[in-house]
Amino acid sequence: MSETVTYLEAIRLGLRSALAIDERVLLLGEDIGFGGGAFRATDGLQQEFGAERVRDTPISEAAFTGVAVGLALEGFRPVVEYQFADFLTSGMTAIVNTAAKMHFRHRIPVPLVIRAPSGGGFAGGPFHSQSPEAWFLRSPGLKVVCPATAEDAGLLLGAAIADPNPVLFFEQKNLYTRVKGELRFSLDEPLFGSVVRRAGNDLTVVTYGAALHLVLEAAEAVADRIDVEVIDLRVLCPLDWDAIAASVGRTSRLLVVHEDYAEYGVAAEVCSRAVSELFTELDAPPRRVGAVFHPIPFSPPLEAATLPSVEKIVAAIEEVTAF
Amino acid sequence: MRPSRPRPLRVQTIAVSAPPARATRAATVGLDDVLRSAGYFLHLIRAVEEAGRRLYLQGRLPGSFYDGRGQEAVSVGCALAMASEDIACPLIRDMGVHLVRGVTPAEMLRHYLGKAGGPMEGRDGNIHLGSFSRGTIPMVSHLPEMIPVGMGVALARQMRGQRAAAIAFCGEGATAGGVWHETLNLAGLWRAPLVVVVERNGWAYMTPSAKILPIERIADRAPGYAMHALSADGNDVLDVYERAQGALERARRGDGPTLLEVFTYRMHGHGAHDSQRYVPPEELEHWQTRDPLLRWASRAREELGWSDEEQEGLDQRVKDEVAAALEDAIAAPYPAADDLLASVFAT
Repeated sequence: MSETVTYLEAIRLGLRSALAIDERVLLLGEDIGFGGGAFRATDGLQQEFGAERVRDTPISEAAFTGVAVGLALEGFRPVVEYQFADFLTSGMTAIVNTAAKMHFRHRIPVPLVIRAPSGGGFAGGPFHSQSPEAWFLRSPGLKVVCPATAEDAGLLLGAAIADPNPVLFFEQKNLYTRVKGELRFSLDEPLFGSVVRRAGNDLTVVTYGAALHLVLEAAEAVADRIDVEVIDLRVLCPLDWDAIAASVGRTSRLLVVHEDYAEYGVAAEVCSRAVSELFTELDAPPRRVGAVFHPIPFSPPLEAATLPSVEKIVAAIEEVTAF
Repeated sequence: MRPSRPRPLRVQTIAVSAPPARATRAATVGLDDVLRSAGYFLHLIRAVEEAGRRLYLQGRLPGSFYDGRGQEAVSVGCALAMASEDIACPLIRDMGVHLVRGVTPAEMLRHYLGKAGGPMEGRDGNIHLGSFSRGTIPMVSHLPEMIPVGMGVALARQMRGQRAAAIAFCGEGATAGGVWHETLNLAGLWRAPLVVVVERNGWAYMTPSAKILPIERIADRAPGYAMHALSADGNDVLDVYERAQGALERARRGDGPTLLEVFTYRMHGHGAHDSQRYVPPEELEHWQTRDPLLRWASRAREELGWSDEEQEGLDQRVKDEVAAALEDAIAAPYPAADDLLASVFAT
């Protein structure tokens, strides 16, 4: 019988399995070894696998991300931990220029995973609450992943480590201890594909990450009058467009929900593509729900007003359905 | 306002850590071969870069054009000191690394022209190239972002049990950047197998050294990062070779990283578009007399008994090779555009 674990435990045990299965896997990051990680995602791994494979680094994201790119070029499978996704800006050049463009420019793979805890909801303020996945979606050569369940945290981590490309792995820190599921890990799964989390006929809601749980709650709240289908994208790049198109083809209505800003991101892309490619299928204009387009404020009521909520999603579902 | 005159560079070989004994040099077998080989590559770089520059000035070379005129001895000396398992991160003044590691003049010229058959297949151009299988990593333009990447490759090789080191290049301008300091700190902390070569060529694009550096000598920073410090005369290919070889060997055997500061001069503008109007002419005249090819020739005459006939033979050989390479590159096709998307991701 399989084990039930939290999202965070799925990450930790996934990393542990990867280290045990594949000698090429290495971990690098601040506080990950001696300290066990700011969120304890690497707790005990340095004791088990040694300080060479689980390397503590100084506060120097640009340097250690560059080092990880070199390790990956040489065939290792480095997994870098950024303490918060907000800090990705400090290693941006190594990610979007050195790593992302290497295969295009020179045909050498860069099998690098960057783990970045993202998202808000716990008064982290402007520098510990961002959902910066869209920064990377516009950089060809990077794969972007956002697991929403404990099962997917393990499964997608394995798929990311096995993938021969640089992967941004956005862990939803708000889900770390909030969701539980079956522990699943494999280095043989492809890094692709969405999943239907709730089948329905009236409206397709496309979502991913922590927002999935808000969407499912909203879908339940309207279940007596609206039959909502919920697609969890899981992998944002490459995008599983065919699954979206098939669902919208049936429901004729589309809402995209994520914690990242509604503007310029996944929701903008999916809505734009739906209008271009599914225009004749649609019975209503596609809508999107995301964070309000200003920095994420600290004070709890202000933060709550900024991020998507069940109420905002219910309102949007009703609006798209009523059109 | 005209930029103020930079302080003249004192060119002097110093060794903060244990210097190689001079006696070793005379006794080392093979230095004659190094000198002979260096002569070929010094002349080859100059000929390839002159061919590229001509194409640019004729409007036949797309994009921009950068060369390492005056700095050829740095990349040649360092690359000749590399062992086969070492990895290099050359920048735009370091063509010698590519040529020494086996990139042919025809590949170089195809690369310049954006043709098929260059190491980057037209995905990148000018002097942004590398050949990982031959020991170089293609640079990105952001400075000095390649230093940690080279360090990572060398660390990986050492973890596999190979005796490998990385040698990464930058100018003094790049030493002001955060990545430089982050990486040297990490290298010192981990005693990484890394040699950082700082080419003191006097300029960061249009800005003279004195407006960039708060200190006289960059090697003075090495102890702050627990790195060894060395300096070399960057226009004397054998001096560069010997210093680089010592530093690489130290790195390979696990004795930690070295900061190697080499003093040279950028004889051309930042790129072929740059007229160097800001450079004092007397400074160029001074450094012209220290040209690394002339320095090489004088050492070759003295130490190899290099004759005028041999020099003519070398000149002719290089001229013929580059002429053939140019013909090849001009005739070569452009890469196909239809597999661009397929090369974004590895499969």
